[in-house]
Amino acid sequence: MLAFVIQRVAQSALVLLIVGLVAFSMFRFVGDPIDNMLGQERTQADIERLRTTLGLDQPFPVQYYKFLANAAQGNFGVSYRQGRPVSDILMERAPATLELAAVSGFLAISIGIGLGVFTAIRRDGFAANAIMSISLIGVSLPTFLIGILLIYLFSVELGWLPSFGRGDTVQLGGWSTGFLTKSGLLALILPSITLGLYQMTLIMRLVRSEMLEVLRQDYIRFARARGLRERTVNFRHALKNTLVPVITVTGLQLGSIIAFAIITETVFQWPGVGLLFINAIQFVDIPVMAAYLMLISVMFVGINLIVDLLYFTIDPRLRVDRTKAH
Amino acid sequence: MSDPILSIRDLTVEIPTRHGILRPVDSVSYDIAAGEILGVVGESGAGKSMAGNAVIGLLNPPAHIAQGEIRLKGQRIDQLTGNAMRRLRGKEIGMVFQDPLTSLNPLLQIGDQLTETMLAHLDISRDEAQKRAIAALEEVGIPGAADRVDSYPHEFSGGMRQRVVIALALCAEPSLIIADEPTTALDVSVQAQIIALLKRLCRDRGTAVMLITHDMGVIAETADRVAVMYAGKLAELGPVRDVLTEPRHPYTKGLMGSTPLASKGKARLHQIPGAMPQLDALPDGCAFHPRCPRAEGKCRANPAPTLAAHDNRAACWFPLDPKGGA
Amino acid sequence: MVDTSPPQALKTEERSTFRVAMDSDFVYRFKNSPVAIVATAVVMLMVLCAVFAPLIAPHNPFDPSSLNLMNGFSAPMTPNAFTGDTFWLGTDDQGRDVFSTILYGMRISLFVGAAAVLFAMVLGVTLGLIAGYVGGWTETIIMRIADVQLTFPAILVAMLIFGVAKGITPVEYRDQMAIWVLIIAIGLSDWVQFARVVRGATLVEKNKEYVQAARLIGRGSGAIMLRHILPNVLSPVLVIATISLALAIIAEATLSFLGVGAPPTQPSLGTLIRIGQGFLFSGEWWILLFPAVTLLVLALSVNLLGDWLRDALNPRLR
Repeated sequence: MLAFVIQRVAQSALVLLIVGLVAFSMFRFVGDPIDNMLGQERTQADIERLRTTLGLDQPFPVQYYKFLANAAQGNFGVSYRQGRPVSDILMERAPATLELAAVSGFLAISIGIGLGVFTAIRRDGFAANAIMSISLIGVSLPTFLIGILLIYLFSVELGWLPSFGRGDTVQLGGWSTGFLTKSGLLALILPSITLGLYQMTLIMRLVRSEMLEVLRQDYIRFARARGLRERTVNFRHALKNTLVPVITVTGLQLGSIIAFAIITETVFQWPGVGLLFINAIQFVDIPVMAAYLMLISVMFVGINLIVDLLYFTIDPRLRVDRTKAH
Repeated sequence: MSDPILSIRDLTVEIPTRHGILRPVDSVSYDIAAGEILGVVGESGAGKSMAGNAVIGLLNPPAHIAQGEIRLKGQRIDQLTGNAMRRLRGKEIGMVFQDPLTSLNPLLQIGDQLTETMLAHLDISRDEAQKRAIAALEEVGIPGAADRVDSYPHEFSGGMRQRVVIALALCAEPSLIIADEPTTALDVSVQAQIIALLKRLCRDRGTAVMLITHDMGVIAETADRVAVMYAGKLAELGPVRDVLTEPRHPYTKGLMGSTPLASKGKARLHQIPGAMPQLDALPDGCAFHPRCPRAEGKCRANPAPTLAAHDNRAACWFPLDPKGGA
Repeated sequence: MVDTSPPQALKTEERSTFRVAMDSDFVYRFKNSPVAIVATAVVMLMVLCAVFAPLIAPHNPFDPSSLNLMNGFSAPMTPNAFTGDTFWLGTDDQGRDVFSTILYGMRISLFVGAAAVLFAMVLGVTLGLIAGYVGGWTETIIMRIADVQLTFPAILVAMLIFGVAKGITPVEYRDQMAIWVLIIAIGLSDWVQFARVVRGATLVEKNKEYVQAARLIGRGSGAIMLRHILPNVLSPVLVIATISLALAIIAEATLSFLGVGAPPTQPSLGTLIRIGQGFLFSGEWWILLFPAVTLLVLALSVNLLGDWLRDALNPRLR
């Protein structure tokens, strides 16, 4: 068990180091930081001074190490475009994205698993087939189109829900939340559906196919042959076995939600880190891009790690095999 | 003779396909009395397992019973609705599958799988079920049953798992057990133990057994009567001693000749020329005639005679002489 | 599954008969799937429209001389108030015929999608073959990179590559290079699937006797990979390529919509939707709706085709 955890943590750290290297290379080699930070009127002395302050005169590994050390302390330098520390900007923006992602993730998982199980059990029913057909459209429908469609329907035509922004927010310490005001909650509805829908269809289709696979297994036939109730067979025997592979993919999907938030945030002008990132790409604001990359990597790697450990607690076979193997 | 536990009359299973209707089981009739073991032999695809699945009501659609009747203790069960049939499964008809590695749910402790089966059929408390679960495991020869009841299937060897499977099949005291190739997936050294266990338990309880196998050796050691199937039809039916020593159907004789046990001492094994035909390409007349050394015009023109349940004879136009001819 | 081909046919000419049997089964399934037929027809029609866009389109939206600003905001099928010109699907703010921009936009969308998938396929298949066949350190490095990349969603990888490439490209070339940068970005974000499947199949094939035999008679590694192993992995590669095409088209549209893809001078369907979204509240719905529907139909048809192909070519995946 311990060996497994250590191995996983080591792997995660390695991934982060590689991503850090990519982020640092971007930072260091894409565009000239000096050019970007100093205006037209600069002297050679200014350049030299900045070069020393930024540490650009030092050897590459030293620079990389310093970059990582700074990043670990949340110091990602100064945005070329806004001229403020990147970490401050990110901190302002993070709550918006995290709240949106949390609501979407919850919708995607709960509805996705529910519909997946339903369509697997009633595989030949009319409702199940209808849901499957609609879901294929859902997979083909790009996220931004769903958003536009929802805006058109609920904001332009019906005028029920806001089409952009977060509504009113309340400051709780350093965290600005939209959960506590009516306009904040209303503003969450369309973006969270937009963001969650694609993941929901994916989870649903995955749960369905895994469940159908499990329902074909011998132990399900044996459970039936023992005269267990259909409900017991489906939920106690089949669903539990279905969830083992589903958890991995679902975990990764949760990571994607944060990445896909970029699209939703652009459609709804949601003031989160995704919108920040898109603007950074448009204006080649490298420090912000690098910081976003590092931040999202930490999240992804963290989620992966949690998923692995969760896998471990659910499947008793792994508990034995893994510890034996190492 | 008292009423048989299981009585099959004229049972026909059909599968509609795009190449026409297949009949994996065609007009099969036989009885099994209390405490009796009927061995059902034949090559793979001969319809032995399909008949077993039809009896326990677990045919996979689109396979279905097209004709005939199945009676359990005199009551028709082939027309029961889903829930009524489910109550019979496990309670009145138990089943043992071929592969113990896949018949147990890997994520549930074996004790839980036992108690859930008992609680589904018997009106007993959870504590009582737990006690009986331990007793059932002791009965099938699991050492340290009280400790092992909380173990997961992967913590047992193949032979031990098949013992657990037998305990599961018998835990609600059914009057009929369908054992579908119960030893095929096991090591040779374990096979005899499992067969002996199954035989002892069923004798003790007066349980009727349908033992499906392709292994003539197992039949010889275990069965009271034997039913030989070929291409969906019953080829020969009779007491095991008669059928083994004086086979009347040329196919049975060929089958005996190709089993090492029955041909002990002979220089080499006989082989039946050719292979059993696919169900969608059955020859006209008797299905066996292309491979039969005794085939004549009548065999090519007319389907073999259908066996009635108590006939101690072969479904053949030119049966072998009982006094050991040919 | 029961082999249904007549046995005597097999004897006469084994390999080709086997192929015919397989093909006919494939054709049989195709003929019996209205979804597959319709999807194929739609995809082919759209590809033809895209290829022959300059011939079909009533206007060339990129030729400023053919545009008349007075024609701006013409509603579909309604004569323009100033010029009296009628446009099937209306015009945008600059008087460009929406139907024509869609045809040209589809051209760019399909070109970027197909080129990106081709790039991903060549890269993925090559790396997969090498990883599977050579093994050792080469394999470890290739598959580790694949694993790390797979941790991140393709669209994010594509955005990053696009952003970096944009940073490297001199400002004056950025618009010209955008399409190619897009192709490389989407292609690089999508090679992993190909590499994984091909590596898996290669590992299976390379230990088979015919490959060992080819090696014994002195065939080179390259020849063995191309002649013996590659043909065995073509059908899964085809399935992945089709599904990837749908994903690549959507990815391109998404990036362009976000403003980090095809530039307004060379608008793809995504760029058109980005432009159209601006007119959503002012009532010119057609500028947005028609490109959006076109994108949806295109993505859906390719997806349906991919789904069907996967079922038809590989029943186990169902």
